[in-house]
Amino acid sequence: MLLSEQTYKRIDREVAKFPPDQKQSAVMAALQIAQDETRWLPPEVMQDVADYLGMPAIAVQEVATFYNMYNTKPVGKFKISVCTNLPCQLSGGEKAAHYLKHKLGIDYRQTTADDQFTLVEGECMGACGDAPVMLVNNKRMCSFMSDEKIDALVEELKK
Amino acid sequence: MTSLHNRHIKPLILAGLTGDNWGLEEYVKRGGYASLKRILTEGMTSDQVIAEVKASTLRGRGGAGFPSGLKWSFMPKNYAGQKYLICNSDEGEPGTFKDRDILRYNPHAVIEGMAIAAYAMGVSVGYNYIHGEIFAEYDRFEEALEQARAAGFLGDRILGSEYSFQLHAFHGFGAYICGEETALLESLEGKKGQPRFKPPFPASYGLYGKPTTINNTETFAAVPFIFQVGGEAYAALGKPNNGGTKIFSVSGDVERPGNYEIPLGTPFAELLELAGGVRGGKKLKAVIPGGSSVPVVKGDLMMATDMDYDSIAKAGSMLGSGAVIVMDETRCMVKALLRLSYFYFEESCGQCTPCREGTGWLYRMVHRIENGQGRIEDLDMLNSIADNIQGRTICALGDAAAMPVRAMIQQFREEFVYHIEHKHCLVPAYI
Repeated sequence: MLLSEQTYKRIDREVAKFPPDQKQSAVMAALQIAQDETRWLPPEVMQDVADYLGMPAIAVQEVATFYNMYNTKPVGKFKISVCTNLPCQLSGGEKAAHYLKHKLGIDYRQTTADDQFTLVEGECMGACGDAPVMLVNNKRMCSFMSDEKIDALVEELKK
Repeated sequence: MTSLHNRHIKPLILAGLTGDNWGLEEYVKRGGYASLKRILTEGMTSDQVIAEVKASTLRGRGGAGFPSGLKWSFMPKNYAGQKYLICNSDEGEPGTFKDRDILRYNPHAVIEGMAIAAYAMGVSVGYNYIHGEIFAEYDRFEEALEQARAAGFLGDRILGSEYSFQLHAFHGFGAYICGEETALLESLEGKKGQPRFKPPFPASYGLYGKPTTINNTETFAAVPFIFQVGGEAYAALGKPNNGGTKIFSVSGDVERPGNYEIPLGTPFAELLELAGGVRGGKKLKAVIPGGSSVPVVKGDLMMATDMDYDSIAKAGSMLGSGAVIVMDETRCMVKALLRLSYFYFEESCGQCTPCREGTGWLYRMVHRIENGQGRIEDLDMLNSIADNIQGRTICALGDAAAMPVRAMIQQFREEFVYHIEHKHCLVPAYI
């Protein structure tokens, strides 16, 4: 049992949504909840989730590596995903990504030396009307990201 | 904010929303849950409910445009075991952002629509599969579910009737392919989201192998309104075979990107005006009218086209999810196609060889044309690769990757040729 009691409780709530013989359905949520606690998913966390849900570890790893919001490698304290898909690109998405890269001094899939920020290129977030759009740690969506708003966001996260 | 304005035409789902009035009490004040109540108290039969939806000519709002009433009638009636109902809120088609707004501003319309659908098909358990990137909306939907359960609109013996329906929220975590209904089912079962062969269709072999119906968020959200106004009156809002209103997500080069709910059949020119026209008063060059997967249409033709399934098909494209991507005269179509191709390359699930390998070829070839290393024979080869993907894969992602390539080369061939010959853009501006 690697994870906190609170985390297992949250996973239990997800398990309860499915038929008793279909606990595996909760693996998507379980990995998401575990990642909230551990920031990324090393093999031992995947093993732990597998044991908890009674499924093979390889099946958990298949899920963790298939869906791109699971962090299967270490990331900084804040993972920022930037959408540069066509609708966002037409409204400044690429420019915003360029500005953020320059500001943090890193490229996509890199982490700052102080381990604070990781930058990734996200695919469509379903918020094209709010472009440019960024996601912080998968869950916090930031809309209309002008240079000023990017400055403010980075300042806020650094605190 | 993108839906909270008064520039809709005869809206139903987005009518009267302020951003704060998403809760159950306010929804009931707007006439919410009256349809479900009426169906239960009048004891409408399953056939009567489905007949009303058929009369509305409601067609699937997620992309395929399949008649919803007909889909519902495919569910086996006298099946003894568990059946499932699923809402597909895995909205990840570039350009589409309507389901997110429905979930955060009017989630009870989806819940009521699902409860009515479940009643019609005799289903007692449902899930709403929500796109992983919109986690705040997932939390909001969970909250709305709690409200509906507490008020007796969900759960055991709804409103004192014999009918029970348990509904749960589920989230994805970053895979476009899970918007494909059988990939979504795999994902719900806790597996990689790789599409299944069809047939068997979900109505006979769906979630956990049980009969299952899957509809889009907007489709379910429209259902309570069909029963409020009546099936025929709903149909009359649009055009024959294209009934009702539709939410269009307008993005790209317009003054006011956002969601606009308008009757199907409204001219594109009117929709563009609602969105404030082309940004900066520039000239319209091209429109992708139904999400990034559908063929691009030249601006002039689009200005003469109405926004409904049949009219857009006549213009050579598809209404798809209703995502309207607008591009002005300064846009480079090679660069636009490059980003689209990268998306499908990144999102191919890897199951079928033509798609897994082909999307990479498409991306790399468009990349070399964009970067001044293209050869004129590349244009034929792009078409040939597209031919070898389309129709040769288990699901439609392969088609979705191939269609934009063929349409772009067909409609804007001179730009691709110019790029290859001059090693730079025909249009001067930076995209």
